[in-house]
Amino acid sequence: MANSKHKDSFLAGIVKQNPLFVSLLGTCPALAVTMNVESALGMGILFTFVLCCSNVIISLIRKLIPDVARTPCEIVVIAAFVTITKMLTEAFLPELYNSLGVFLSLLVVNCIVLGRAEAFAKDNGVVDSLLDGVGNGIGYTWAICVIALIREILGTGLLTFGKIFTFLPFVEIPVLKFGSVNLAMSFFVNPAGGFLVLGVVLAVIALIQQRAEKKKKFKKVAEMKKIIHEEAK
Amino acid sequence: MTPYIYSFLLAIVSSMLVDNVVLSRFYGICSFIGVSNKIKSAFSMGVAVMFVTVFAALICWPIYNYILGPLNIPFMDTLTYILVIASLVQVVGLFIKKYSAPLYKSFGIYLPLITTNCAVLGVVQSNTDTALGFGLSMANAIGTSLGFILAIVVFACIRERLEQYNGNKPFKGVPLALVVAALMAMAFMGLGGIGA
Repeated sequence: MANSKHKDSFLAGIVKQNPLFVSLLGTCPALAVTMNVESALGMGILFTFVLCCSNVIISLIRKLIPDVARTPCEIVVIAAFVTITKMLTEAFLPELYNSLGVFLSLLVVNCIVLGRAEAFAKDNGVVDSLLDGVGNGIGYTWAICVIALIREILGTGLLTFGKIFTFLPFVEIPVLKFGSVNLAMSFFVNPAGGFLVLGVVLAVIALIQQRAEKKKKFKKVAEMKKIIHEEAK
Repeated sequence: MTPYIYSFLLAIVSSMLVDNVVLSRFYGICSFIGVSNKIKSAFSMGVAVMFVTVFAALICWPIYNYILGPLNIPFMDTLTYILVIASLVQVVGLFIKKYSAPLYKSFGIYLPLITTNCAVLGVVQSNTDTALGFGLSMANAIGTSLGFILAIVVFACIRERLEQYNGNKPFKGVPLALVVAALMAMAFMGLGGIGA
């Protein structure tokens, strides 16, 4: 029983309640750092780290904080971890720090981090809160990486690795750009392209959901017909 | 004095139109999408954000330059700013509640949302990150929040009409709103380079 609860709190954030695609939270970094896949991936990893740490600490002290001062306490915990993350990133991955810019500090007011603290960590155990943080972090990371992948390929025609994570070898994979042929549209790395890509991705997800619902309805109707038919017999 | 006023006004215009807070810097998108269903609520949200942003910039600049700087702990900036903003939101809420009930009714409910609006923290943080002077910091705060009001009100006007749209089902609601935002951002891209 306890095991299935752990599994649920881990899996919920990945697809079913994906923080970006389903709950529409954290849209600011999802548009601002998705110019290339690497910085989106870096943002996702740092985000997951902050979310896990803050979830664990808030769940540890959940019985100590009085109800009236809950939000300020949570914000201070989150801000402390964001500051730690910021300093570590600046020291060890300066390229990532520069490419994320002010959005690293803005993790403090990220609706997902505060939202998970409010909605989950404040009345669940430490293990569940940690798993919830990991699950939501993975969910958010893959979501922004999908958007970054679309934007980088359409916008620059290349997939570049090793520019921000400098410890990796520098690799450039041409996708829409071969010699003199260049099919890339720089519109997609512009702010306007970010809005468009997110809008279209959300529409595609809505389409899939609507299809699934329709199928379910048909199945139900077919079952009902079957039952009526059998009863008539 | 005149060139100073000129550059002050130029900074306001450039952070309001050329480098619009929502459409090209991506601050405050959550409330931009969340509270833009009706023109009236969008305007109230915008005014409340402006209130808090300007006061936060007014308080945080001296704190950074006269307290955190001399004490040699500039890394505490984010933590300090968020505390200032959170308490400022509380204080502003109490003030408005006491002195003007109708005003509280019209934008009091949006106040708690402002703490987590990245436009406020984003402005304050980028002010000190780029080491702007006091005058230009204030110009940035005023211009940015005017830009936020402009963007959210125009967006709400368009969204009120979109409510009647009954065509493509998957695009209904937020996806279509984001496409509209993309078109607005393209319009604002045309203003780029004016201040340069």
